[in-house]
Amino acid sequence: MKKVKVEEVKSNLTNRRSFLRISGLAIAGTGLVIAGCSNDDDGGMTDPPVDNQLPGVRNGVFDLGGGDAGILTYAYALEQLEADFYTRVVNGNNFGSVFSSEEQSVLTDLYRHEVIHREFFRAALTGALNDPDRVLPDLDFDYGGLDFGNRLQVLNTAKTLEDTGVAAYNGAGRYITTPDYLVIAGKIVSVEARHASAIRSLLNPGSADFAGNDVIDANGLDLAQMPSEILAAVGSLGVVQTPFTAQFLP
Amino acid sequence: MNILKFIESFTDDNLLNSKSSRRDSFNQFKTLGKNAALASLPLGIASLVLAPTKANAAATAFMTTQDTPTTALQLALILEYLEDEFYQMALDTNGLIPAADQAIIAQISQHEAAHVQFLSSALGDMAPEKPDFDFTVGGAFDTFGDYPTFMALAQAFEDTGVRAYKGQAGNLMSNGDLLTAGLQIHSVEARHASQIRRLRGQKGWIVGSDRGGLPEAAQAVYDGEENAMQAGFNTASVMATNGPDIPAAAGPESFDEILTGQQASDIASLFFAQ
Repeated sequence: MKKVKVEEVKSNLTNRRSFLRISGLAIAGTGLVIAGCSNDDDGGMTDPPVDNQLPGVRNGVFDLGGGDAGILTYAYALEQLEADFYTRVVNGNNFGSVFSSEEQSVLTDLYRHEVIHREFFRAALTGALNDPDRVLPDLDFDYGGLDFGNRLQVLNTAKTLEDTGVAAYNGAGRYITTPDYLVIAGKIVSVEARHASAIRSLLNPGSADFAGNDVIDANGLDLAQMPSEILAAVGSLGVVQTPFTAQFLP
Repeated sequence: MNILKFIESFTDDNLLNSKSSRRDSFNQFKTLGKNAALASLPLGIASLVLAPTKANAAATAFMTTQDTPTTALQLALILEYLEDEFYQMALDTNGLIPAADQAIIAQISQHEAAHVQFLSSALGDMAPEKPDFDFTVGGAFDTFGDYPTFMALAQAFEDTGVRAYKGQAGNLMSNGDLLTAGLQIHSVEARHASQIRRLRGQKGWIVGSDRGGLPEAAQAVYDGEENAMQAGFNTASVMATNGPDIPAAAGPESFDEILTGQQASDIASLFFAQ
């Protein structure tokens, strides 16, 4: 039978999300929490130890892993997608004629930024995990019928990718336990949001779309989505060809 | 400077009449302060938002050398007050905003107003009162008579907002809901910043520490943005393998930097009324 115990929790325990509502933030730094106890005699907990949640191949498929390494690997996967997309855009046969010079400038910058983000994660994860087998391999992408010579198709896809990136980082932040990693994610997400704004204004200049009501709610808050939601959405695009799992991500 | 004047008026008048609920909250905060970890809070803003009376100002200064979710949100609210009033005044000034930009400025204004409401509600009794702002900085800027000046300040405020929220993220880690909300506001500020910059003919992202034609007084908004090293990785070293060149400058462009609470507070205090 489940026991209930009162325990003091440190700031980054996983059940923190339920422990204070926004209105009660004055005691958020630390506090007493009444938590459903899942101690030894409970017998119902099956989460493997943290050591088992490193990224790597499980049952023949690469799993993104859990914890900070899992979140960073998840970000690396998304950056791979963005970098690949813009690399194809700027290498398109008609890039110089389909897009205005302003659009070319923006898309070329986005290609540069996303490639840099990808290479940053590749280097950071390679260093932090210290095991090449635990670093997500290069993913394959196939955009199906997407016409890279079609301005609207490219810009609309870019819009989806950038908005998705913003929602992904915003939603993942709370699962990062290392402050330095959180700051890094913050440094990247604001650039993704700058991208999203620029792409949106290229599509509909002079409008409110750069931060439109389709993404910003009545409290003035941007999108935030859980990794599972993002991965389902990205999966539904059918673009990522390399199978991977995310069994330890929320 | 003028921030001191504001603190003085705040401590002299407002809080002498403060409700007991504020004192209760303050005492609660005092208890909290002992437990909360982490480094220093900007003293200026801390005094501004928390100082209950002159008598215990010293104690306040001691306690508020802590960074907590509360102080992070208080700083955020001050910045949102500033942005909200700034855009509202612009919208209320006939002939300032060209018709072509009206929808953009109105959208930003709506977001800043929503942020003020959201943060005020989150902070409850711990919400600081709105300071009096002077967006002309003592008459130095024709902020609401000259659209380019208005837009230059808008860029400075938005880029400051992005960096300031980012700087507070670590202080919100203890509460996932607050952190998420902070991040959700942070990216909205970044969308605003990109749009304002592009209307000014700038790139939507910060290039090195270039202040983009803003007055030299705004350089503090951009100092540090030239950083290329991220977690030991030199972002300026990435070479193109398939496509156009990737210049070294693209590295710092692709990562925004933080402002500390003190830095953000110093920038905001330039616009407090004397």
